[in-house]
Amino acid sequence: MLEIKNLHARVADEGTEILRGVNLTIEAGEVAAIMGPNGSGKSTLSYILAGREDYEVTEGDILYNGESVLEMDPAERAAAGLFLAFQYPLEIPGVATMTFLKTALNAQRKARGEAELTTPDFMRKVKASAEELKIAPDMLKRPLNVGFSGGEKKRAEILQMALLEPKLCIMDETDSGLDIDALKIVSDGVNALRSEERAFLVITHYQRLLDYIVPDTVHVLYKGRIIKTGDKNLALQLENEGYAQIVDEAA
Amino acid sequence: MRKRHPVPGLLIPVSMETDMPAVQETIDRVRKIDVDQYKYGFETLIEMDVAPKGLNEDIIRLISTKKNEPQWMLDWRLKAFERWKTMESPDWARLDYPPIDFQDIHYYAAPKSMSGPASLDEVDPEILRTYEKLGIPLKEQEILAGVRKADEPSEFDDNSDTPPAEGSYSGRVAVDAVFDSVSVATTFKKELQKAGVIFMPISEAIREHPELVQKYLGSVVPISDNFFATMNSAVFTDGSFVYVPKGVRCPMELSTYFRINERNTGQFERTLIIADEGSYVSYLEGCTAPQRDENQLHAAVVELVALGDAEIKYSTVQNWYPGDKDGKGGIYNFVTKRGDCRGANSRISWTQVETGSAITWKYPSCILRGDNSRGEFYSIAVSNGRQQIDSGTKMIHLGKNTSSRIISKGISAGNSSNTYRGQVSAHRKASNARNFTQCDSLLIGEECGAHTVPYIESKNATAQFEHEATTSKISEDQLFYCMQRGIPEEEAVALIVNGFVKDVIQQLPMEFAVEAQKLIGISLEGSVG
Repeated sequence: MLEIKNLHARVADEGTEILRGVNLTIEAGEVAAIMGPNGSGKSTLSYILAGREDYEVTEGDILYNGESVLEMDPAERAAAGLFLAFQYPLEIPGVATMTFLKTALNAQRKARGEAELTTPDFMRKVKASAEELKIAPDMLKRPLNVGFSGGEKKRAEILQMALLEPKLCIMDETDSGLDIDALKIVSDGVNALRSEERAFLVITHYQRLLDYIVPDTVHVLYKGRIIKTGDKNLALQLENEGYAQIVDEAA
Repeated sequence: MRKRHPVPGLLIPVSMETDMPAVQETIDRVRKIDVDQYKYGFETLIEMDVAPKGLNEDIIRLISTKKNEPQWMLDWRLKAFERWKTMESPDWARLDYPPIDFQDIHYYAAPKSMSGPASLDEVDPEILRTYEKLGIPLKEQEILAGVRKADEPSEFDDNSDTPPAEGSYSGRVAVDAVFDSVSVATTFKKELQKAGVIFMPISEAIREHPELVQKYLGSVVPISDNFFATMNSAVFTDGSFVYVPKGVRCPMELSTYFRINERNTGQFERTLIIADEGSYVSYLEGCTAPQRDENQLHAAVVELVALGDAEIKYSTVQNWYPGDKDGKGGIYNFVTKRGDCRGANSRISWTQVETGSAITWKYPSCILRGDNSRGEFYSIAVSNGRQQIDSGTKMIHLGKNTSSRIISKGISAGNSSNTYRGQVSAHRKASNARNFTQCDSLLIGEECGAHTVPYIESKNATAQFEHEATTSKISEDQLFYCMQRGIPEEEAVALIVNGFVKDVIQQLPMEFAVEAQKLIGISLEGSVG
């Protein structure tokens, strides 16, 4: 589903190279975890996959279902089924969460040439998803992410993911700022979305999240390269031994 | 919006004299006036359809005569003109435009008598695109763009003669009511009559209700008020007159839409609205669709009078031509709008959405004279391209326990400049006056400017004034976030901006609010990327 080939990228403004030849393949139905120390390029990778303009791809390619996405803008990538759950979801003052969800969903449907959802159909869909994530109807009326607690923001991200039904879900440190209860709710939400047709790329610092969202593959990103790939046991190994040893091995 | 036979009398082909007694009468009247006063000659006028350029006594007499005005009205105009000659164009606003040669302007023209485009094919495709986005039917596009007069047949007519279904106008733009169906408009008129509400062109009111006009005209905006208001007093061509009798709640939203196709109001519009004791009226002015207008200078005056326990709600959507991308050819809009809360417990509320014009100079204000009276100002001012806006309000607290609320949302994009200028003052006797002001500015891009200039003045120790101001930018992060969810960039900007202005949009009547939201999005197109 996703093939990242020898991806090199730098900050567009100042030219600092952050990704230095990332190679990674994720199949449909797979949950891949990316771990790595601070500054290894994890968040940058997620931004570049989503099409953020602040970064410039200097070499390599990103293939999504066999086609390069480099020329697509973020909205086009989203409509094609790529979703990024933000580490720090943005506040949109004055725009009710419900309004935002509807605008996004219908924009994607429109881009794909599908009919817009009627309001009753949309409401039914939102309500069902919100209940599973223990999101109170009142929260949907509030402006998106404004005054939301850390846990509410992350749940709102997963709610969007559930509604938009993406094919490839990238989660950027979704566990940060979550207490155990919130982490469980969010993980349950993600696990409910796991399916044969859908792939996940879970970016995290800590192994803790992977107890709840169990990955098929684990990749270690270090200084802009994947230096080791393994299964879920690799995450446990990292938790026990830290990154130092793996970094030394790779060096 | 044009009409074949506009204001009584002006510029009628000579051949029609005999079969139009009203016209004949006008011409006779004019002839009675010393011919020397019209050194440019009346015949020329008939041929040219336009009064000669320049502002002088002759022109004013001409206007007054054309309108069949009584002597007192002419005297009033002349007094204003005498005053105007001693005044200078204000220069304190943060606006930059070349000096206006006021003698190089036509002050009277046959309403829209200049030939417009022959068909929609000749109209600026940008404007047509906007009409399309606002969902305006082709028939109305023709009228708005000046291709066709309201009463002319259209090639888009379906010729079915089916009257509109009962209630089909409700919740729709009132333009439909006016242009598509005379019967609907008539129904409205009957209903108003039943309620005793007077709603007519001010030129008619001057003749039919002179006692009301004389009592209230200039009582809120005196003829010597300011350069542009004084000019308007001398040369105003038409406008609306509304009188709501004691205790009457006006049964519908009054709108300039109803009237504007009957008589062109021209560039010097004069509106007078009086809400007698205990009455209520809501008035809508303007149009979301960009309107063709060949007059570059607009100087309107609006006066509102709310007597005891009365309430007036005045909403405006202004979308005049802003000029091309270099700012050329846009409308200069110098407006004086003021409401007088004359009686105790009265209430006046201004809501405005300003997206058009090259220059906007406009400060809808409230004089809070009556005890416990309340003034409100809700404003959205959007500037893009080279537009310049200097707008705000004045809340003058004179009575006891008066309160006011100001919510101003300025959005600047492109190379535009957007200034909020507001004054809140409490008179010595205005004990317990209260004001809350919130001015928020939103910047899009790097080249625009937003300024907030509040003047706060209190001569009473018990007054409490609060002022909050914020300036923010649409961040790249916010845009990226919206786009990541599949919302295209321009739609994302519109969404964020509409969130920003939500508090004000909520003050607009429902059908207007939806249009206004669309309009704001359209006005900001091309502001990013």
